[in-house]
Amino acid sequence: MLLMSRLATLESRRGWQVFLILLVLTIVLVPVLNLTLPPESPFHVPTYMLSLLGKYLCFALLALSLDLIWGYAGALSLGHGGFFALGGYCMGMYLMRQIGTRGVYGNPDLPDFMVFLNWSELPWYWLGFGNFWFAMLMVMLVPGALAYVLGWLTFRSRITGVYFSIITQAMVFALMLAFFRNEMGFGGNNGLTDFKEILGYNVQAQGTRIGLYVASALVLALGYLISRYIVTSKLGRVLMAIRDAESRVRFLGYSVTNAKLFVFTVSAMLAGIAGALYVPQVGIINPSEFSPANSIEIAVWVAVGGRGTLYGAILGAFTVNGAKSFFTGAAPEFWLFFLGALFIVCTLFLPRGIVGLAAQLRNRAARRAIPSTETKSKEVGDAASEHGA
Amino acid sequence: MIKSHLARVTWVLRGLHAFVLAFFLMTGLLTVGVAIGAFAASSAWADEYSDALAGLAAPAFNDKVAAIDALARLGDERATPVLEAMSDNRLYTRKEDGRLVIGGTGRDIALTDAATGEALGTATSRDLTRINVNNALRTALGGAIGRLQINNADPAKRLAAAETMARDRTPEAMALLRDALAREKVEDVRAAMALTYAKMSLTSTDPAERLAAVKEVSGRLSSEVRALVAPLAATNPDGSFAEPDPQVRAAATGLIARIDQRLMMTELALNLFQGVSLGSVLLLAAIGLAITFGVMGVINMAHGEMIMLGAYTTVVVQQLFREWIPAEFFGLYLVISIPAAFLVAGAVGVLMERGIIRFLYGRPLETLLATWGISLMLQQLVRAIFGAPNKEVSNPGWMTGAFEAMPGMVLTYNRIAIIIFALAVLAGLAALLRYTPFGLQMRAVTQNRNMASAMGIRTGWVDALTFGLGSGIAGVAGVALSQIGNVSPNLGQGYIVDSFMVVVFGGVGSLWGVLAGAMTLGIFNKFLEPYAGAMLGKILILVFIILFIQKRPRGLFALKGRAAEA
Amino acid sequence: MGTFKGGIKAVALGCAVAVSALMAGVAQAAEPIKIGVLHSLSGTMAISETTLKDTIMMMVDDLNKKGGLLGRPVEAVVVDPASNWPLFAEKARELIEKDKVSAVFGCWTSVSRKSVLPVFEETNGLLFYPVQYEGEESSRNVFYTGAAPNQQAIPAVEYLMGAEGGDVKRWVLAGTDYVYPRTTNKILEAFLMSKGVAKDDIMINYTPFGHSDWQTIVADIKKFASAGKKTAVVSTINGDANVPFYKELANQGIKATDIPVVAFSVGEEELAGIDTSNLVGHLAAWNYFMSVDTPENTAFIKQWHAFTKNDKRVTNDPMEAHYIGFKMWTQAVLQAGTTEVNAVRQAMYGQKVRSPSGYDVVMNTNHHLSKPVMIGEIQSDGQFSIVSQTEDAIKGAAWSPYIPESAKLTADWTFPWVCGNCTEPKYTAYAK
Repeated sequence: MLLMSRLATLESRRGWQVFLILLVLTIVLVPVLNLTLPPESPFHVPTYMLSLLGKYLCFALLALSLDLIWGYAGALSLGHGGFFALGGYCMGMYLMRQIGTRGVYGNPDLPDFMVFLNWSELPWYWLGFGNFWFAMLMVMLVPGALAYVLGWLTFRSRITGVYFSIITQAMVFALMLAFFRNEMGFGGNNGLTDFKEILGYNVQAQGTRIGLYVASALVLALGYLISRYIVTSKLGRVLMAIRDAESRVRFLGYSVTNAKLFVFTVSAMLAGIAGALYVPQVGIINPSEFSPANSIEIAVWVAVGGRGTLYGAILGAFTVNGAKSFFTGAAPEFWLFFLGALFIVCTLFLPRGIVGLAAQLRNRAARRAIPSTETKSKEVGDAASEHGA
Repeated sequence: MIKSHLARVTWVLRGLHAFVLAFFLMTGLLTVGVAIGAFAASSAWADEYSDALAGLAAPAFNDKVAAIDALARLGDERATPVLEAMSDNRLYTRKEDGRLVIGGTGRDIALTDAATGEALGTATSRDLTRINVNNALRTALGGAIGRLQINNADPAKRLAAAETMARDRTPEAMALLRDALAREKVEDVRAAMALTYAKMSLTSTDPAERLAAVKEVSGRLSSEVRALVAPLAATNPDGSFAEPDPQVRAAATGLIARIDQRLMMTELALNLFQGVSLGSVLLLAAIGLAITFGVMGVINMAHGEMIMLGAYTTVVVQQLFREWIPAEFFGLYLVISIPAAFLVAGAVGVLMERGIIRFLYGRPLETLLATWGISLMLQQLVRAIFGAPNKEVSNPGWMTGAFEAMPGMVLTYNRIAIIIFALAVLAGLAALLRYTPFGLQMRAVTQNRNMASAMGIRTGWVDALTFGLGSGIAGVAGVALSQIGNVSPNLGQGYIVDSFMVVVFGGVGSLWGVLAGAMTLGIFNKFLEPYAGAMLGKILILVFIILFIQKRPRGLFALKGRAAEA
Repeated sequence: MGTFKGGIKAVALGCAVAVSALMAGVAQAAEPIKIGVLHSLSGTMAISETTLKDTIMMMVDDLNKKGGLLGRPVEAVVVDPASNWPLFAEKARELIEKDKVSAVFGCWTSVSRKSVLPVFEETNGLLFYPVQYEGEESSRNVFYTGAAPNQQAIPAVEYLMGAEGGDVKRWVLAGTDYVYPRTTNKILEAFLMSKGVAKDDIMINYTPFGHSDWQTIVADIKKFASAGKKTAVVSTINGDANVPFYKELANQGIKATDIPVVAFSVGEEELAGIDTSNLVGHLAAWNYFMSVDTPENTAFIKQWHAFTKNDKRVTNDPMEAHYIGFKMWTQAVLQAGTTEVNAVRQAMYGQKVRSPSGYDVVMNTNHHLSKPVMIGEIQSDGQFSIVSQTEDAIKGAAWSPYIPESAKLTADWTFPWVCGNCTEPKYTAYAK
């Protein structure tokens, strides 16, 4: 009951309407436009667009997870690409086990790369991944556990700011090198690929693609609600206080370590889920996902969108990735200039990202229109509480 | 094609026909030669020589080997320049008359007749057919030149010959060496000859000679000697000893034990050197970051690109030297590159600071994003200007090669140069910070900006110059790193994570911390590598750093006091 | 908040509108034949791949000067997958579904090929893959124009075992830790053992990507080679790590006459980044060298220099592979009279091209080429002098007979097999 009432107050009435409309639009309209309209129609959503959007949805969830720990708790993790990839690997292991005898070498138990490296049996850490639900559990548990251990170590030693970033970066770098090793049993550089089916459905089929797309959208919506629940709760207030003045919060008697540890673990789990949804859609997971540059890019999405606002992170993921997709095709020789310039412009002129720009413009418009003083002050207040300090 | 079989590889004896033909021709020639020799015994010698010389141009590999052997057997000193030219790929046949000629270097090739040494003017490569040599031929040539020069008047040449002959274990070579050894007066050369002779006679049938040989080689405790002596101490599969003579066996076993002990020490010393050398590379890469990140607190993700700019400056300076400066001064290009790289990278650094970073002070994580953007753009810019492929940077003569500090411990000059250079840069930087007005101002600004400003220091300019200094030093590092690695637009990416690890591990803001951090990580890495492998070694180091920072969050050399808390 | 969410909608709609506008624009254009170029122009692989993009642009340019194909101009759609493997898959899908290209020329690394493979198979696209690789694959939708292991590694090792190569008895197999070196070394190890080389005489070493500190490994190689038997290094070290490796070799004074290094990933382009004066005599095995003396090669080099307006640019084996692949595709399209993938694929089998290497290169039904194998020694000018070459072109084998699981498999895309990895024909019943 309490939960229901909390849920209801997560968003304003209008907010819920917009949320639901958007959800319906992404979940229903896009697949319908893809399936029903003929390719010639200007409103037809081509399949490559659908798979692209599906990918962006996963990235958005990833950005959301980073925003939780960076935007709200003030700790920039440069290791979220690692949690994302770990979740992806768990999913990849499940998908590999589903190949069965259809692999190149036809071995019923071992994935092709193990047959190839003369492994005689499945290593212990692969056991159980044939089961979908076990794999899904691991998708959350593995990144969560890693984040818990790392967080427990670092937050306990009161490591903050840049040091935390560098430690998480060292973590992904070490993970990347580890997963590159063929002896690890995760397929080395090529990673896991050549997937056949998920839950009995062919991963390449149109229906499965749409299913995965819808699942990504639903999970993103759910992830948004969970994050929103966290940041609007008392814990969320404590987190923001930690972000703004950690020592003071500690002196007030709150356990900074526990608060940060909790949100870091949740955030890593969300990242893991994003990775798990991403893998069947792109059809491959390999160690390059762990590269430190990828993790920095995630931070860039959040910064471009506007950190400290949940929808800002989502928007940032869509904007940057959309721009990247577009420019790598439209201006293959110059797109890095555009992308680099985008980052610089965003940090210089949009310290609060696109969301901050929107708020600025709205404020300016509001001021110009000279509305009644009440609404104006309310809007400003809204914006302030949205962005935090 | 039902089953995929390995495609059977049939190798051509290139020009099989030519080989058969040449064979008949040669036998014919020889018969004729013998016949003529009966009439004019005096000219037979010369004919044998010129036949062998002509054999060098034979198309088939075996004929060339036979010709080289023949020349070595004849012992005619005139063959030496020809064989040397052949080994250097400078032996040609002239297309117009098929004459065997030695070519000079350069575009217009100066020709001399191989048989007579007569000058034949110049030609271009189009008029000539090069006589191809491969590794096996080059080895044969080396052996032949060695045999020809073992009696040369020049002691240096005899020394070189004695060393190259070690690979040539034929009875003829041994006999030749024994004679030369008996005649040799120069002590160094004598020692080298004796060693080579001993190596050869380890397989002698006479136990006394073997024993003497073991005693002779025991002066040199190298793994090469160990491999040569090892058969004398080995046991056969049936348990019996391969060496029948117990005295020789005992000497060999004792020698091997001594060598093993020495090798262990050498390995330790070598590991240490390699560790210091890797440490100095890390130090060079990180030292600029110790300023921009350590002192100014800017998370400069474009730091790697500053290193890259330095390396590309080296490429440009090298190119300018090749085009404008006489070749004998070419080795100086590195010396000029250092200030040039400092200026280029430093100027870019100042521009970055004035244009972008100064608006972001106090927001360290946002400088990360902006500098990341800069790094992407700089990479693409360099790619657009210089192209994506690697650029060639040649080591100047004085940096090529190595010397053997003790048997089995080879220290390369470029590594030594980099170690010295890294320490010099560090010392220079420390002196700059400590003893110059700029250093003083810089320290003042980073410690208390407002107070410094109140004292009349133009903090803005100090910031810009400090950032320029850090970037400039990164550029200088690029000059050094171009000597041992790739020069490509991605050069910087390979160093950025390592640099941050070094700075954080050593202690932000402390130059000595960077030195200690770099050296610790370098040596640690090199001692781990033989056991764990390169990849696992690196992973272990990263885990170690993560755990270490838990224990000492501010690194090895933490700054104390208020400034550290800011 | 509400306005903001409207923002997402607007962006999504905007994207959709922009894309549909683009597509409408395409439909109304003058119907050129499109081909995709899927090579990284940024990131780590740009070093190698940009040259291949230029090669295809040169070929397209040339073809258009000759009047195009089937009376239509040919247009290359260039995208940048930025050395990012999932982006390869995304861009491949975009090329095939949005740009409707007839064929794609692209990829370098195995992992990039692996990541686009599902896309090509799903959409029935056509990929020409120009780089030597580990084999163990034959897709209906990929033509492999680079060397398979039996066209590079084994001939090179056989050469070194022979008298001309120096009678090598002891082997170091050094590689970067990824699938190509692993496979090649596995094949080589089995091959060497079958030739009576003892296990103790083989040393295998793997290093990470971009490994830059070679001191320890080069010292180890020296130690291994000091055992008295003639030793050679077979290097499958990947592009970027080669420069520091060779520099370390040169500085530690390892001459090719002492320990020759034969490399499978080092060509003219890679040597352009190294000072080769101390590397003379080290070897490489390829299907083509720039120093090949044939009229076809002279013309190829001339065309390349004219196109790049730079007579210092080198040519290399993957470029030649693209040259062959593009010519073959052109011929197959002409023969089929259409760019439709299934028809073109059928026309590819048996398609013959006189390659710059001076041989007639043929496409086999296992989607691999028959090519000559050449072994070259590095010269001080950065070129190779060819010291050995096969008499005939050797047929590329998708599956290696030296790997037990793989020896059972056959790749043949014609009746009755119609399969890339089968132990028995797919259509035995009909074949009787």
